[in-house]
Amino acid sequence: MLDGILLIALILIKIIAIVIGLVVCVLALTYLERKVIGYMHVRYGPNRVGPGGLLQAVADTIKLLSKEIIVPTASNKYLFVVAPMITFGTAMIGWAVVPFDQGVVLADLNAGVLYSLAISSLGVYGIIVAGWASNSKYALFGALRAAAQTISYEIAMGFALICVMMAAGTLNFQSIVLHQTGSIWHWYVWPLLPMFMVFWISGIAETNRLPFDVAEGESEIVAGFHVEYSGVTFALFFFGEYANMILISMLISLMFLGGWLSPFQGVPYLESWFAWVPGFVWLFLKACFFVYCYLWFRATFPRYRYDQIMRLGWKVFIPLTILWVVVTAFLVHFHVGPWFS
Amino acid sequence: MRRLLRFIKTFSLYDLLVGLKVTNKYFWKKKFTILYPEEKTPVSPRFRGLHALRRYPNGEERCIACKLCEAVCPALAISIDSEPREDGSRRTTKYDIDLFKCIYCGFCEEACPVDSIVLTNMSDYHIENRGENIMTKDKLLAIGDKYEEQIARDRAEDKSYR
Repeated sequence: MLDGILLIALILIKIIAIVIGLVVCVLALTYLERKVIGYMHVRYGPNRVGPGGLLQAVADTIKLLSKEIIVPTASNKYLFVVAPMITFGTAMIGWAVVPFDQGVVLADLNAGVLYSLAISSLGVYGIIVAGWASNSKYALFGALRAAAQTISYEIAMGFALICVMMAAGTLNFQSIVLHQTGSIWHWYVWPLLPMFMVFWISGIAETNRLPFDVAEGESEIVAGFHVEYSGVTFALFFFGEYANMILISMLISLMFLGGWLSPFQGVPYLESWFAWVPGFVWLFLKACFFVYCYLWFRATFPRYRYDQIMRLGWKVFIPLTILWVVVTAFLVHFHVGPWFS
Repeated sequence: MRRLLRFIKTFSLYDLLVGLKVTNKYFWKKKFTILYPEEKTPVSPRFRGLHALRRYPNGEERCIACKLCEAVCPALAISIDSEPREDGSRRTTKYDIDLFKCIYCGFCEEACPVDSIVLTNMSDYHIENRGENIMTKDKLLAIGDKYEEQIARDRAEDKSYR
């Protein structure tokens, strides 16, 4: 009995630690996004609240939390409020299987990859429900676009993951990372380079970020699925989107860039010099790079047209991934290179 | 051959990388934003901003209530009442400028024979309450006293072109 309570308390503490860390990361990310995009526009970005504008995110949070939640008269009030919770919840539970270091993981599932794939596709329900419950044509358009886009890119993403699974021979994140031990050349990004690109681009499309943000598309459909949302409900969507961005960055780092493994493994001298750096720092740095790229892409690329997105997903990515499944099968079967020997 | 080149170009994401290079270049560039309340862009001495009434160096107000500014004002923004003072000189008892009517043409300044009413180079002012858009004589004189140095400098700089 007591053991059970202790176990639950331990899990709760872990969950709280992850959620608090995530909240801090998301706040930092909103600040970073405005700063990075500002710098790329040759301007400063937020620099008024706190030193260098660092407290801008806190000010924004207070503003969003103190705003009124406006529920449209013709909306389905129950679903209207539930939808942002679904988005938020799915964005949170995806983190359960992410290992931050060797053994540092909330749920060491044997089917971790499958789990995170399932959760990332569940996230679209929040968007669809939000779009439908708003009872607004813009919101509905945004929701339909988001649904079509997510489903299309889910397939390419799944196939890219199948390559990783074949390479590692397991669905457990920790084992996938440990299979990449050795040196920087053992990381799966090299044998699976096309799959790495496909997974990355699909990840951007999956989180509805630019240049694939037709679900929001402020120049066409105002703000897409969250056009009717305000206050806390909007904040939940916002939070979910940013948490998903960080999650995708984490997953890419884990599956293709050796997760918490040091990039100096197998290099004489450098390996021992950097041996004191804890694993999660490497993982954090790798994820940071991808998060930065999210912002970089947003500042660089114009939004894809809807049919272009569909063309890319169905006519380019899916054939490419299927082809590379075959290539990977050969690589694995003949024990090629440092990866599969 | 051309199709093959095109194929390679597409799948190596060449164009996207070129685009990323451009934004990366601008990321490191020096920012030319003016941080407004702390920094300001240079203002011409001829800039026509908020109004002011000036005084002579001995403290006597310049305005002699000739009402030329009132007459020339195309927007009818100025209204003046005058009475003889105790020492017998003619002075204004009321000198109101309605900032909502004023079009900042500067004709009042041109018309003034004693350089009393001037337009300062202040562009950043605001009105908080209804009625405060009427600049009374006291307010105008206060502005003139406060910014006399700047006003005199601007006039001196522009003098040779008049």
